[in-house]
Formats: sequence, structure tokens, C-alpha cells
Amino acid sequence: MPTVELDAEFPTLPLEPVRSAALDRARALGCEHAAVRIERIRSQVVRLRDGRLETSADDLELGVGLRVVREGSFGFAATVELDADAAAALAEEAVATARATAPAVSERVELADEPSHGEATWTSAYELDPTGVPAHEKVALLEEWSGRLLRAPGVHHVTASVLAVVEDKHYGDLSGTITTQRRVRLHPVVEAITVDAEAGGFETMRTLAPPVGRGWEYLLGDGWDWDGELARIPDYLAEKLNAPSVTPGAHDLVIDPSNLWLTIHESIGHATELDRAMGYEAAYAGTSFATLDKLGSLHYGSEVMNVTGDRTVRHGLATVAYDDEGVEAQSFDLIRDGILVGYQLDRRIARNVGLGRSNGCAFADSPGHTPIQRMANVSLRPADGNGPSTDELVSAVDHGFYIAGDKSWSIDMQRYNFQFTGQRFYKIEKGRLAGQVKDLAYQSRTTDFWGAMEAVGGESTYRLGGAFNCGKGQPGQVAPVSHGCPSALFRGVNVLNTRSESGR
Amino acid sequence: MSVAATRFVPAPRVVEQVLEASESDGCIVIVEDRSEAEVRFANNTVTTNGTRRDRTVVAIALREGEGGTAVGIASRSGTGDAIDLLRRAEANAATAPPAEDAAPLVTPGSTGAEADFGDPPVTTNLAGLGDVLTGLGEAFGRARAAGSQLAGFAEHKVSTVYLGSSAGLRLRHVEPTGKLELVGRADGGARSAWVSAGVADLATVRLEELEERLTRRLGWAERKVDLDAGRYEVVLPPDAVADLMVMLGVSTSGREAEEGRSVFSAPGGATRVGESLSPHPFTLRSDPFETGLECTPFLVAPASSQDVSVFDNGLPLERTEWISGGRLERLQYHRAAAARSSVQPAAFINNLSLELPGATSSVEDLVARTDRGLLLTCLWYIREVDPATLLLTGLTRDGVYLVEHGEITGSVNNFRFNESPVDLLAKTVEAGRTERALSREWNEWLNRTAMPSLRVADFNMSSVSPAT
Repeated sequence: MPTVELDAEFPTLPLEPVRSAALDRARALGCEHAAVRIERIRSQVVRLRDGRLETSADDLELGVGLRVVREGSFGFAATVELDADAAAALAEEAVATARATAPAVSERVELADEPSHGEATWTSAYELDPTGVPAHEKVALLEEWSGRLLRAPGVHHVTASVLAVVEDKHYGDLSGTITTQRRVRLHPVVEAITVDAEAGGFETMRTLAPPVGRGWEYLLGDGWDWDGELARIPDYLAEKLNAPSVTPGAHDLVIDPSNLWLTIHESIGHATELDRAMGYEAAYAGTSFATLDKLGSLHYGSEVMNVTGDRTVRHGLATVAYDDEGVEAQSFDLIRDGILVGYQLDRRIARNVGLGRSNGCAFADSPGHTPIQRMANVSLRPADGNGPSTDELVSAVDHGFYIAGDKSWSIDMQRYNFQFTGQRFYKIEKGRLAGQVKDLAYQSRTTDFWGAMEAVGGESTYRLGGAFNCGKGQPGQVAPVSHGCPSALFRGVNVLNTRSESGR
Repeated sequence: MSVAATRFVPAPRVVEQVLEASESDGCIVIVEDRSEAEVRFANNTVTTNGTRRDRTVVAIALREGEGGTAVGIASRSGTGDAIDLLRRAEANAATAPPAEDAAPLVTPGSTGAEADFGDPPVTTNLAGLGDVLTGLGEAFGRARAAGSQLAGFAEHKVSTVYLGSSAGLRLRHVEPTGKLELVGRADGGARSAWVSAGVADLATVRLEELEERLTRRLGWAERKVDLDAGRYEVVLPPDAVADLMVMLGVSTSGREAEEGRSVFSAPGGATRVGESLSPHPFTLRSDPFETGLECTPFLVAPASSQDVSVFDNGLPLERTEWISGGRLERLQYHRAAAARSSVQPAAFINNLSLELPGATSSVEDLVARTDRGLLLTCLWYIREVDPATLLLTGLTRDGVYLVEHGEITGSVNNFRFNESPVDLLAKTVEAGRTERALSREWNEWLNRTAMPSLRVADFNMSSVSPAT
């Protein structure tokens, strides 16, 4: 059996023989659809604790997955054997699986039409391949960053890590679409911890730098001011340790994009996935309050709320050129002037409900997993023209809080009730920031919260946040996704004190 | 399950080839062959399915140098002779700083796993789903006739791990894992219920029995009662206890506790080991030989983390009581950290059991002794809010039932809770017998749990969730 060299360039792998063998056999077996993915995912993690290397991992996932539709039933099979014989056997196995589960298929699988895109290649926007940077250089950079923080008064511990992923994906289907795509992404995190050894208790402060679809240049300052942020963290942390505990109640909030992206992800991103709204995730990720009968009428939020889904934004973590069903990447409206106007779709769900073409939200996180509908970059539009700055939003609050950075998050299975904390919470008094408080969580219901959004900031406040680890599906799959948003002002949101929530 | 007719290079041979080719001062090789089959369904139809064959090879190279031992690691899925993987691990070791967790490699001992090292991996396929797969079509028919919808997931997977080292270790272990989760929904989702089975062998699961349990629960929900947020007495069945105790189990880092940054930290750099956490003599333990929860009896660590060290690969695992007699007994330490702290090393093991010795009550018994309270089903979207208290937030899901005078009298809206599993042990009024449980939230990561039902006072339902 041929072996695959670790350092082989992706295009030199036996992509064509494996693809053709799988698709030819699937066609011969009478499949109406078949799509094969050969993927190589290189992941590298370096993690330092107090300036010393704790974890270093260097992983390569390589395999092939085939999904067929035969007589209205899906069948999926995957293997790590990368040759034509194994690929043909994979087609037999996928068809056998489709047959075995067919008696329990009561809703015939049909896929929305998508034209053939022929052969296409695409690469995400990056300059330096992070997996080409030697591990010791990564360690040295994080050591130096850790040292800066550890030397600062009041910082007792520092963790620093970077996760780098290079994802190569070759896709082919029976319509003749053949795509080869490379995506590069990075997730650096540095956190400082201060401990009150006498009294017990501790506080943490983390960098707000988001995970991004960029190369190693991100760590060198392209797209983020690391020096500036690292320099400020000790003071942020000291102030937080000595900050008063928050007084709970209904309060006005100005929420920074570094926090709001996650609230968008949970309360809008997942709620506008049509497979969830139709009950396909009822046993696991959950359903959605934003059901199809409310399309075009649901008042999701205030009139300043405009939300788009896209798989096209530069440096976005969900950005591709073609999805894992061969659908061209698109940009589409989900919420316009506060009204629900669209959903995220894959080809099955688009066809099922008669919404026409899929908007390209199918994704599988591994060659070993079947594609399911996953999130596009779901983003809140800033105010048109010369919209307000964050300071101007703060100036509109008499008493309230300004929240920056995400931390704890949780939302219910229908995407109504959520609770979020953050990295930093500043009291707002008479339109000005008046020092940090701590132990704050905000809790609300999705439509109440977005209905209470009085103003969105302008373009100058707009940032892309995101995550590597959005979970969905069984077996579980994780997807990377970005969310852009401006700062925004919310009136009368329920604020909790997390110490008193614990009964203390 | 069956023995594979495989085209892969046999895993034992991969281990020997890599060890033979090793040019470093020490080497560890892990090969894990995985075989999996699953079917997923919703709205009374199969939605996805799949089978897969997978192999992961991990090469760990050690290099002695000034200041200590450096480690280089490389891993990959797929086939191949893995020598290039070894070379990458060695290259990573060449430039790595000395490892903080360095310790002498584990030497062959009495784990008893050596004899079968040369055996092939065990595999599964759709037949491993047993009657669940073949019975689904009829189950959907019954649900349709009753005006309800079934959703859920069944999977069977088998991992065969081979571990070898330059210190002479040759270990193999087979770990089969199965589960069935079943959700029943009626009235457009207004009534819903969840039942599950975590098992090594799905052939032991009777789909119709789970359907009957679902139907009974959906019946309890025919009377709806709206309740406000507040502190309630609750009866947590074993599955919901698992949802919370898994979070306690993973929070037992010795290093974090000593550094003053966990719920198990005491002032002045000490830990809370020895402190009573509950008036009840609970045992919280992990044991690779626990009946019904058997798992790999030696440590497999493809990478180091704060309490786990690659140097400890192959370490025999034994019954570890994290909580004993209601007192915090052990925290996790790898060998190097344990030596520094003068404690026994303890690794997290792939199962978790909570037990109150002598308890015999069922969840029904606990309900019968509840004057007014809530019977929960399972918890969802559980996240840490405050690590200092291990305050967790999350939601009740698929079944909250009102208990009045020992009887279930209706179903209640869902709630968001804010509670700490550590406080829960202190607030427990009564515990039942320990049974096989499946955490809804964490089972993909930790399937093997056994928990009692707990009746707990003053459970903080922080707000109402309208979700169904």
C-alpha cells in the first residue's frame, strides 16, 4: 500500500485517483448524488505556563469521506486509507449504509440544485504559513510575552498558547465540481492571573485578540497590537482585583464587539440555522424559537438591527469559496430592520422547505464526518455613515456598565434565555466610565435583548470576533466561525452578581 | 464486534518499527485504531449515518540535554510506516526546552495487558447498533401513530490502543463504547422527554423499553404548571447528577489548587485536601476495573497538559477516590508534579462514579419522599461562571416535573440554574443507589459514569427559560 509522506504538498497527494475511484463507483452503484472530500488538517498547539513549555502538539489529520444519496437515502463512510482501491470500497460501504438505514427514512433526501463550478482552487488570505514556523520560535515568542507579564507587579501566573491550523480540502461531486481549497487560521491567547494568597480568591485577565483567518503575521502585529494589549493587562488585572462587586438589577449596557460577538453567535447565529428551526437538532444542539412560520414577520430586535450571514469576508473563520456540498460562497440577509428575513441553509434543507438555492452553509470538520449545516460568519451591521463611537454610546448612559471581552456563556436549547459574563466591566456614571466592577453577568431573552438595542456604533467600532470551537451535530463536530459587530447600546438589561448567585 | 480484516500495517508492527528506528534518548509510540458506526434521526426519519475507520499514530521522542529532558511530539491519522513521523518528533525534540514534567519512563510491570499486544484491533460496523437500527422504522411508525416525533442518536465505537516504549512497555487495550439517546416530542415540541442508555454493547439495549419510558414521561407532561424562578428542592436523577459531577471531576487539578486558582484552593498556597465537602460520606472515584465501566487500565497521554505528562504513558491506573467519606481526598498530579508536592500521582481515568455507601433508594423512592419539589431529567449548556466557587450555569432540558406530596403532578417550564456541584454535595438531603448514568452534556467526552439520584435543598433556579 502506498504511504503518504508527511511533508508532501497537498496537490501531490493522489487526489484525482481517489476522487475518481470513489465517484465512479458511486455512480455505477446508482447514486443520484455523491460528494467526496479528501482532507489534510495540520494542527499545532504550543502552550506555556508561567513562561515554561507545558504542551506542544503537532498533528496531521488525513483522510477521505464520501457521502452518497441513493434512492433518497444518505450514506456516509470514511477511511484514512488514501488510494483508489480503498476509495472504491468506500463507495460500496456508503451505499451499504444508505441501504441499511433506508427502511427508517421517511423523508426522502433531495438536494437543492447547484450548478457545476468546474475545477477551482482557492486560498484564504494569509502571508506566513504558521505550520512552517519552527516550534521553538513559537515557544520563544510566547516566552517573551509571558515574561513581560510575569515581571509586572501583581501578576502571579501567566498562561500563553497559540493554536494554528492549516486545512487543505479537495472536493469533487457527480455534477463535475472539483475544488481545492486551503484555509489558515490562528488562535493566540494570553491570560494573566493574580492570586490573593492571604484571603483566598483570584482574578484573571485575558487578551481580547480574536481567533482569525490569518497566518503567523498576526502574531507579529499584522491585525493586532500585541505590545499595547500586553502592556495594559497588569493594570486591568490589578483594578479588577480591587474592584467593587456589582449591584444587580436592570441596567443600561454598552457592549464592546469583543463581548457582543459571542452573544450574536449564540442568540442569532444558531437561532437562524434552518435545520435547527425544523427540528433536525432536537436531540442535541436544540431547536430554535425563530421557526419558519415567522420568516418575514418576527420582530427579532429593534429597527437598528441588521444582520447578515456570509462566507466571504476576508479573514473570516467560516470564509471559503465553496462549501462542503459544492455550493458557491455567498452573502445574505438574516435580519433586516429588526425583522427575520432569512436563514442559513444547506442543500437538503433548502430543497425541503422550498427556499430555492442553498446559501452555502454545509461544513464537515473532518474527512471522517458527514457535512451538516454549519454557521456562516453572522455579523451585525454598524450604523450607516458616520455612526457613533463607543465613547459616544457611553455618553448616552446615565447609570450602567460597559462590558469588554467574552468569558462564560450559556444559552438554552431554543435560543431564548442566555447568560454571559466578560473580561472587564466598567461602571458608567453620567456618560463616563467610572472604574471597573467585578462578578457581573448579564441574563436576558433573545428578542427582549435585541429589542432593547437602542443604537449601534459606527464603522470605526466594528471588529471581527470569533471562535474555533462551535459545537453541533452527533457525533460532535466543531466549526470555526467569525462574527463582526460594532459596539452597541442596550437599555434595561438584567445584571446579576455571580457571587450572590452562588449563595455567598 | 469483529476482528478486522485490515489492509493497515498492523499496529504492533508500527510500534516496533518506530522504536527500532528511534535515534533519540527515549521513545514512546501510541497507535490507536478506531472503528465507529452511527445513525442519527429526527422528525421520525433518519437524518445522517456513517461508518469510519481511523488510525492515529503518536511518536514521542526524548532528548537528554543540559538542564533536563526535552520532548518532541508528532501525531497523524492515517496509514504509513510512521518513520517520517518519528523524525518530525525528533526534530521537535531537538529544539525544545527541557520539560517541566520529565520523569523516568514507566517500565513494564503488572498491568497484565502485555500478553495480547500482538492481537489485531477489534472493529465494529452498523451491525454493532443491534436492534436499535433495525427497530427504528417501526419505532417511528409507533411515534407517528401517537402523534409524537422521535429524535436521537445511536453509536457504537471501538478503540484499540497500542502503546510501546523504549523502556520496554508493550501494552494493548480494547475499549468499546456505545450509547443511545432518545428524545420524544409532542404538541409541536411543547412536551418533550429524554431517555438514554450508555453501554459497551448496544445489543443489550431494548429500543421499545426506552420508548415506553419516553411515553410515560410525555404523559406526565399533559398537565402544565408555570413556576417562577427561585430556590427549589430538586430531585436530580443519575444522568443529571453526572452532568454536574463530571465538571467537579475535571476541576481536580492539583497544580491549580496549589496555585490558589481553583475551588479546591485554600488560603496560603494550601489545598482543601482533607476538608469535608458534605455531611454525607460520599465517594467520588475513578477505577478502570469498576464493574460496568471498565476502561483502559494504563495511562495514554498523546500530549502533556497541566496535570498529565507524556512521561507517564503506560502508568498503571488504579482505583482513585477523589472524594472519600465526604472529604476531598485526592487531586490530579502527574508524577513529576506529585514528587514536587510530596503527594501521590493521580491521573484522570475514563470513568467517574459517585456513591453513598449503603444507599439503596431509587429515584422513585426519592420522589415519594419529596413533599414539594422538582424532578429534573437532564441539564444542558453547562458552563463555568466562577471558578473560585465552581459556580456553573446551565439549563434544565426535556422534562422538569412538579412533585407534590410524593407524586408527580405535572410538568413545569424550564429554568436556567446557577449552582456549584461542590455546594450540591453539601446541600444534599438524601442520596439514592448508584446506577449507570449518561451525562447529556458530557457523554461524548465521558460516557462511563455511575451516579446516585440526589434530593437537594435550595437549588438555585435563577430564571425561567421558555424553551421547550
